Amino acid sequence: MSDADRTRDLAARVAAACAARAPLLLRGGGSKMFHGRDIAGTPLDMSDHRGILHYEPAELVLTARAGTPLREIEAALAAHGQMLGFEPPCFGGPATLGGAIASGLAGPRRPYAGAPRDFVLGVRIVNGRGEVLRFGGEVIKNVAGFDVSRLMAGALGTLGVLLDVSLRVVPRPQTEVTLRRDCTVAEANTILAELGRQPSPISASCHDGAVLTLRLSGGPAAVAATRRALGGTPVADGASFWNALRDHALPFFLQAGTLWRLSLPPRAAALDLPGQWLIEWGGALRWLDSAAEGATIRAAAAAAGGHATLFRGGDRGGEVFHPLAPAVLTLHQRLKQAFDPAGILNPGRMYAEL
Amino acid sequence: MRTHPSECVVHDIDRDRLIRELGAVLPAHAILFEPEDTRPYECDGLSAYRRLPWLVVLPDSVAQVCEVMRICAAHGVPLVPRGAGTGLSGGALPLENGVLLSLARLNRILAIDPLARTARVEPGVRNLAISEAAAAHGLYYAPDPSSQIACSIGGNVAENAGGVHCLKYGLTVHNVLKLTVLTIDGTVIEIGGDGFDAPGYDLLALTTGSEGLLGVVIEVTVRLLPLPETARLLLASFASITDAAAAVGAVIAAGIIPAGLEMMDRLAIRAAEDFVHAGYPLDCAAILLCELDGARADVDEQFARLTEIFRAERATELRIARDDAERLRFWQGRKSAFPAVGRLAPDYYCMDGTIPRHRLGHVLDRIAALSDEYGLPVANVFHAGDGNLHPLILYDANKPGELARTEEFGARILEYSVEVGGTITGEHGVGVEKIDQMCAQFTPEELAQFHAVKAAFDPRGLLNPGKAVPTLPRCAEFGAVHVHRGQVPHGASAHPGIERF
Ligand SMILES: Cc1cc2nc3c(=O)[nH]c(=O)nc-3n(C[C@H](O)[C@H](O)[C@H](O)COP(=O)(O)OP(=O)(O)OC[C@H]3O[C@@H](n4cnc5c(N)ncnc54)[C@H](O)[C@@H]3O)c2cc1C
Repeated sequence: MSDADRTRDLAARVAAACAARAPLLLRGGGSKMFHGRDIAGTPLDMSDHRGILHYEPAELVLTARAGTPLREIEAALAAHGQMLGFEPPCFGGPATLGGAIASGLAGPRRPYAGAPRDFVLGVRIVNGRGEVLRFGGEVIKNVAGFDVSRLMAGALGTLGVLLDVSLRVVPRPQTEVTLRRDCTVAEANTILAELGRQPSPISASCHDGAVLTLRLSGGPAAVAATRRALGGTPVADGASFWNALRDHALPFFLQAGTLWRLSLPPRAAALDLPGQWLIEWGGALRWLDSAAEGATIRAAAAAAGGHATLFRGGDRGGEVFHPLAPAVLTLHQRLKQAFDPAGILNPGRMYAEL
Repeated sequence: MRTHPSECVVHDIDRDRLIRELGAVLPAHAILFEPEDTRPYECDGLSAYRRLPWLVVLPDSVAQVCEVMRICAAHGVPLVPRGAGTGLSGGALPLENGVLLSLARLNRILAIDPLARTARVEPGVRNLAISEAAAAHGLYYAPDPSSQIACSIGGNVAENAGGVHCLKYGLTVHNVLKLTVLTIDGTVIEIGGDGFDAPGYDLLALTTGSEGLLGVVIEVTVRLLPLPETARLLLASFASITDAAAAVGAVIAAGIIPAGLEMMDRLAIRAAEDFVHAGYPLDCAAILLCELDGARADVDEQFARLTEIFRAERATELRIARDDAERLRFWQGRKSAFPAVGRLAPDYYCMDGTIPRHRLGHVLDRIAALSDEYGLPVANVFHAGDGNLHPLILYDANKPGELARTEEFGARILEYSVEVGGTITGEHGVGVEKIDQMCAQFTPEELAQFHAVKAAFDPRGLLNPGKAVPTLPRCAEFGAVHVHRGQVPHGASAHPGIERF
């Protein structure tokens, strides 16, 4: 498919939907259509609004249309020894930049590098009235006006249709190694806590109940020193492992029935819930394959200071994301109203009330 | 500074009555209304703009802040939150008929969790105090504005403050995990969380940098970082600004992300040297201060590459800070540069545009040309790695017309920043200072979207009115000033309540 600017058409379609109060279902590559609540609406296909608009390696900035495939962006960056810092998952599908930002999902590097919102510098959007608006820009520091660009990250397309996104990109680490060793969750926690106490080149962690896998990225000296201190066995093709983890292609995910995503304070104690666990992000992201009641899981996550998302399976028409405090939900509703007064952009995808 | 009638919040409560009501919830010493008491609050760090506050309150507990907001909201009295008052855009400029709400007495460090590497603090805690308290655990708070000995973390959140170490470690928005915010309707909301994300919209990003317009920050949890094993500073001198600017690009292009990469030009170097005797070379056009931190062996390896890059980019001299004392002295010069430049002239005006890095040389040339055109000297000292410029225009407010010329000069720098693909403010905020330039950077639809966001939090517009986001009538009337530069629209001088400093 060739690059094309579909701004006018997209804005016109949103304006028409606004006038008719007819819900739109935003769709990039479709790799994350399972994410969020099941909703109906006329599909608004973003995949032909694509193309890298501007990439200046020495500026560490890239701007691309929302429908640009992530693979294309990653290849362009790799050619200059750079990458997207947040390691966006594509779940094996043809993921687009817009979907990566709108979902707000980040891969194994998240705790050490940041989430999509941390890299967004600017956006062009169509709001729910069909107006084309630009916020932020292509510079690293910009505090003119409210930070609408970052607000779009993780909003699941409920506040605006992303047209173009400008991102800060990062140099690839000079060295990267993956190490593996058998240990219990408790032992893994001790290792991770120790690593966190000093600056360390750790860039990903995964514990599946029996084995801890760690990735070290950075300068050769720091990586070598940490590697010596850690012991463990080097994994030959570490990159495939982390990609499989990121894209949920590991057996744990493939076999999962109802998959929950628990985002917790990294040092939260193990939760007493039935099911299988896989733990990432130094303890802060815990995947749970469990048939337990949603309410039980949510209560446990909340008690531990975090939140739980029904990531795959279960009742996709019910609550998928963790319920918000009433005052916070009211604020969300008012914000939705501010961007999308007719309620036509992915209505209900995040919460039934939005 | 001109106010526009569309920004005024009208109410009819009389001040004595409000003082009585506030007296029921605050001790007498926490309410200031006599001019000799309120005078210190008439401006923030942008002292060219002053207004005597109607009323100042200094609560020392969150409960008192809630009460103050409740009373003001009940009477429709506007509020201006204030931290340490070091802001450089007039964000904390008081109102003629509003309450200045100082958060300075909410200055307790509530908890430091060395294992989770977080600090939970009240909004009035000084930026540097967090790092000082964390040092005992081998930790620090990374964003370090040059004003860090004075500015408050609440003010940092409200401005999304940056600092010399933000190139590598991010801005305030990247280092804050959780906020407790009080909205104007009296609700306390928790934003963000102790994990890496929170459900719902990213209100943490939205409130960071919102200049006190969306809510009052009453508690902040920040991320702390382990102190690096080593930090090394290289001071490179250049015979021209253009060479120095090219060197900045070369460092980043080489895949090196320094912990800090700052530039100072001849005037700034001289001023800093006279002020703090940092040991800077005086026979060059510009210096770069470049710091690398991390594991010793990696820093050494990168340092060698950095030295080569600077040589290749025609550095005339390289000085390596011999020890931590010298390193800190080199930084001291940079961090005191504003006050140092301030000694060169009766007044200075600090600009804050950000531009794409590869336009640095170009834009600095342009500023030099404008400096000649206006006959006003400019010192440049800035976050080169981020492309965040801080031209300091030297002027004398007592000379008739000089401030107006300075403002016009400043406005042209900002417009030029926007023209080359940058922004009018990188870290100091819009406040009242750059509010007219907002009309140039955003379309009416975009500004309307900002107002809709504001209304979602504060439908009556009681929090910090007249700041950060211009009303559309303002843009219609005043926004044109800088487009047709020099020609002040007739409305402006005829309008009552308009002060022109
Ligand atoms: C010499 C000097 C050097 C500086 N260097 C830098 C620098 O390197 N980087 C940088 O980013 N800035 C710098 N600044 C600007 C300034 O220090 C920052 O903007 C700082 O974040 C302001 O903090 P403050 O506590 O002084 O806030 P104030 O000036 O009191 O207020 C700033 C804004 O925040 C709002 N506000 C304050 N507290 C709260 C709260 N609790 N809740 C809601 N809103 C609130 C106010 O209404 C106002 O709009 C510098 C200033 C000076 C004078």
